[in-house]
Amino acid sequence: MPILEVDRVSHAYGKQPVVRELSFTLAKGEIACLLGSSGCGKTTMLRLIAGFETPSAGSIRLNGVTVADAKTQTPPEARHIGMVFQDYALFPHLSIADNIGFGLREKSALARRQRVDEMLELIGLAGRGERYPHELSGGQQQRIALARALAPAPHLLLLDEPFSNLDVELRERLSLEVRDILKQAGMAAILVTHDQHEAFAVADVVGIMREGRIEQWDTPYNLYHRPATRHVADFVGQGVFLPGEVITRQAVKVELGLLDSDVPMECGSSCSDCQRSCRLDVLLRPDDIIHDDTSDVQAEVVAKSFRGAEFLYTLRLPSGAEVLSMVPSHHNHAIGEKIGIRLDVDHVVGFRQGE
Amino acid sequence: MGDFDFSVWQPSLPFIRDGLLFTLRLTLIAMSGGIVLGTLLALARLSPNRWLANAASLYVNTMRSIPLVLVILWFFLVIPYLTGKPVGAETSAMITFTAFEAAFYCEIMRAGIQGIPRGQVAAAQALGLSSTQTMVHVVLPQAVRNMLPVLLTQTIVLFQDTSLVWAIGAKDLLKAADVAGKNYNRPVEMIVLSALIYFAICFSLSIAVRQIQKRGQQ
Repeated sequence: MPILEVDRVSHAYGKQPVVRELSFTLAKGEIACLLGSSGCGKTTMLRLIAGFETPSAGSIRLNGVTVADAKTQTPPEARHIGMVFQDYALFPHLSIADNIGFGLREKSALARRQRVDEMLELIGLAGRGERYPHELSGGQQQRIALARALAPAPHLLLLDEPFSNLDVELRERLSLEVRDILKQAGMAAILVTHDQHEAFAVADVVGIMREGRIEQWDTPYNLYHRPATRHVADFVGQGVFLPGEVITRQAVKVELGLLDSDVPMECGSSCSDCQRSCRLDVLLRPDDIIHDDTSDVQAEVVAKSFRGAEFLYTLRLPSGAEVLSMVPSHHNHAIGEKIGIRLDVDHVVGFRQGE
Repeated sequence: MGDFDFSVWQPSLPFIRDGLLFTLRLTLIAMSGGIVLGTLLALARLSPNRWLANAASLYVNTMRSIPLVLVILWFFLVIPYLTGKPVGAETSAMITFTAFEAAFYCEIMRAGIQGIPRGQVAAAQALGLSSTQTMVHVVLPQAVRNMLPVLLTQTIVLFQDTSLVWAIGAKDLLKAADVAGKNYNRPVEMIVLSALIYFAICFSLSIAVRQIQKRGQQ
């Protein structure tokens, strides 16, 4: 039985719909992420699950029990859902230990202390329980917020942009750490973020949200390599669209040459009837274009950005179209220089032109 | 000038002490009663129940729009009607000050409650607390802590304002000084003494407030 079932849930602020007939399920121990730019409805979806908002339609079932539908609206405090907030929301008037033990009010003092110690151990802050939140760094505070949410062993943990107040380096480290902690606790969780690196680092499955809908609910690998819509292709990772013409079910011709793959091309959902001479926009990722001095195809370097291990070159093709290419950084070319490139595409992703 | 006789301070001290004790007792009762009643009023003003909110704000705004000395006189005349028997000036003063100060403490507590980030409430509810428990364990403790300097400043004002009970003849510090001054025919010396006592207490309290403020900013 799934731990969470969201079934055609809608919500509006006034007349403005924010969440539209959204459905997904989450298995026990699974970590999902709602990824999207601001205003896509991802935080509202989280608040609907937590019980801070009431859906205008649809139902939410938690651990097999309906917590929200047309007749039911279980208040947040009765849902057994843990929550981690962007600004940590630790209680400043309580010590770390009291913060973590806050959700364990029903337990005996002894049981509470044991659980608090266990949690402090889990987040690597054993022995710091007597301190106060303001004495600790942002990363430590967010780990305490995580421990506080996990301590009552909730059915589900919700994380609302939990790393966005932290600097980049810490964000990366903490997101991996949080994933470890959640997996260790076997906790099902939903993360909300606009940062795809964070989403990919933490989640097993990611839902790309746009205008209150989920465009694709899939693994990070599939989102990158098999985007279902043009928006997903655009939003996830880098890349450009190049016009192409269908030759066969497995091959498309673009300016850079013939793209042929062993597998039938991914043509977006609307393009299952792709036929010869059908015009497509083909997605080319920076790693699909290889720098090769022996190649006949030449492109001019118009911009470059140093990434340490590699350069990300923006290249202009003879037609004027631009593509991106990831090249090992010892190939240092000047802007204006012409370099040889070739395609190395393992499967074609295209969307019919004009859609 | 030059013919002050401060030797009258010595014999009048027991009398002054009794007056001061009443002033302090009145301040403490009006403060604690006022903060409790004021907090309840603040919760009523913030309540989603419109009737409750309107009733509370009517009470608060009325109290804040009438001079204290009028309220003192008015209560002194009205309370005996309500209770059916005469109450002393001292009891009347305590009821009046509690009711009056509650309106001011209410506004301080209301600002304090509204100043608590909404995330704090959401965090407490996600951890299983009802709205009432959230108020008691999360919002109010922080509101009081954040507002402590303002609450104490209001209490200093309250302490000074207690001298207005002079109007209904309650035996507070000022009244004691006044009576002693008349007894010894040295009114100026006794007024100076009471002023010094008011000053010493208010000044040390305001230093305490500054200390608390400084600690709060760290």
